[in-house]
Amino acid sequence: MKDTVEIRWHGRGGQGAKTAALLLADVAFKTGKYVQGFPEYGPERMGAPITAYNRISSEPITVHSNIYEPDYVVVVDESLLESIDVTKGLSKNGAVIINSEHTKEELAPMLHGYEGAVYTVNAKEISIKALGKNYPNSPMLAATVAVSGIMDKDAFLGEMRASFEHKFAKKPEVIDGNMQALEMAFQEAV
Amino acid sequence: MAIRERLSGNEAVAYAIKQINPDVMPAFPITPSTEIPQYVATYIANGEIDTEFIHVESEHSAMSATIGASAAGARALTATSSCGMALMWEELYVAASDRLPIVLALVNRALTGPININADHSDSMGARDSGWIQIYAESNQEVYDNFIQAFPIAENKKVHLPVMICQDGFITSHGVENILLVEDDKVKAFVGEYEPEHYLLNPNEKMAVGPYAVSNYYMETKRAQRQAMIEAKQVILDVAKKFEEMTGRSYSFFEEYKMEDAEYAVVIIGSAAGTCKAAIDHIRNTTGKKAGLVKIRVFRPFPEEELAKALAHVKAVAIMDRSEMFSATGGPLGAEVRAALYQAKSSAETVNYFYGLGGRDITVADFEHVYENLEKTAQTHEPIGMYGYIGLRSEQEKEV
Repeated sequence: MKDTVEIRWHGRGGQGAKTAALLLADVAFKTGKYVQGFPEYGPERMGAPITAYNRISSEPITVHSNIYEPDYVVVVDESLLESIDVTKGLSKNGAVIINSEHTKEELAPMLHGYEGAVYTVNAKEISIKALGKNYPNSPMLAATVAVSGIMDKDAFLGEMRASFEHKFAKKPEVIDGNMQALEMAFQEAV
Repeated sequence: MAIRERLSGNEAVAYAIKQINPDVMPAFPITPSTEIPQYVATYIANGEIDTEFIHVESEHSAMSATIGASAAGARALTATSSCGMALMWEELYVAASDRLPIVLALVNRALTGPININADHSDSMGARDSGWIQIYAESNQEVYDNFIQAFPIAENKKVHLPVMICQDGFITSHGVENILLVEDDKVKAFVGEYEPEHYLLNPNEKMAVGPYAVSNYYMETKRAQRQAMIEAKQVILDVAKKFEEMTGRSYSFFEEYKMEDAEYAVVIIGSAAGTCKAAIDHIRNTTGKKAGLVKIRVFRPFPEEELAKALAHVKAVAIMDRSEMFSATGGPLGAEVRAALYQAKSSAETVNYFYGLGGRDITVADFEHVYENLEKTAQTHEPIGMYGYIGLRSEQEKEV
């Protein structure tokens, strides 16, 4: 793994791409890493394209710019592929991870000839199966950890369970569903 | 043992406020500082602190209520950004001339227009002549550390001036980073209890705050404010030394990064300094060229002589401004650093750049370009533009 792993998230306002980036920063922090998780704000409205970023490193991070040459790109909403060149600057040795029910062959024409790895995860289906609702960001987070290898599966799931137990202290019935969504996405991505 | 955490800059400031548990916080929300009063209100609602939170109808009222509380003898603070601080304008001068030790958590954001919510320094730079001490931060760690040092500086009897603790909107305020927190009891002991010397609620001492001053008195008041700013310099260093004894983290008027042997230096304020450090490391590792950085922490009072000394041996300096002052020449930092160099009879070439206005990003590659220009300038003694822009779309750049 490189010294600093850089990740760019593409989503739409209200879908939780920023939250997913902050959660990734959180879970990487808990495994002892130096982290950054930050959003880039344009017009603040539901449905507008938003970008969020992560830097994860074993050394302190001082850079405060956006990320133009990421190692990984995560696309939470595949409709963005039509309007945004999501693989712009993306390392050939990295990967793009797309929330889609389509295969990577079907998505290839929208990826501007990107030569690196392409992963698709049907986060909507996973979320509906596990939680009964479409919350794509948790499955996309699990897929990102699986593809990037930022941390191992057990450490990730352990930290996420602890975090859900804290977050959902008043509705523990949703914890197992969330954990199941992470497991399923992890399996589908690798 | 320090507490290892990860927080946004706004969370870090709110956490420092919780640890200090001040008496009064009047506030009115504005992006990107809104989270600070929001988190503090949650701490109060949860019974974690007993700060009196005053819901006001505008920033003009927020600073007015903060002034009232401080004059009454309370430890008082508020938070704001951009246009919110512009609406406090009159009160900023009142707070300073009344010599009230107020702390303002300022999350720097561009002033309108066009309306913009992102980081630049036009709000605080516009208030540079208001009589407030201004302390800036590169990271979440620094804004937290600066906030803990703010009240001990402001309340020192030699100073008695309001302090602005500034951080870059969104870049640090909404960015989550690793941070080391100080334990509650240590913060409380460091900041101490506020014991005002003169205050309105003291029944044994009748006094007026902020009365009319005729010409016979006004000028002496201004001279006294200047003296307080002069005295503040030593107090800022003393408080930083005490803070270093507690945490091991060292602070001064500015940070010097790789300046021991630097031939080319950047002078900058705020979060972009971290990006510049990465550029310096890359330049030194790949070319061996001697790049360095001076990151201004304290802009008011301005460390003129110290800065000139730090830059004494460099061949060329790029002074980087994140705000305009529409003098049709340079920016505020550029003007003051050049004056400091002139005063010290420096022969260094200088270039003054504008960057990052309204949140325009600045990258490691941009800084590498700045150092390349400095090297050329030092060789030819012809500045690549006395005043330049970083990141401006090229067509307009030609007009500069």
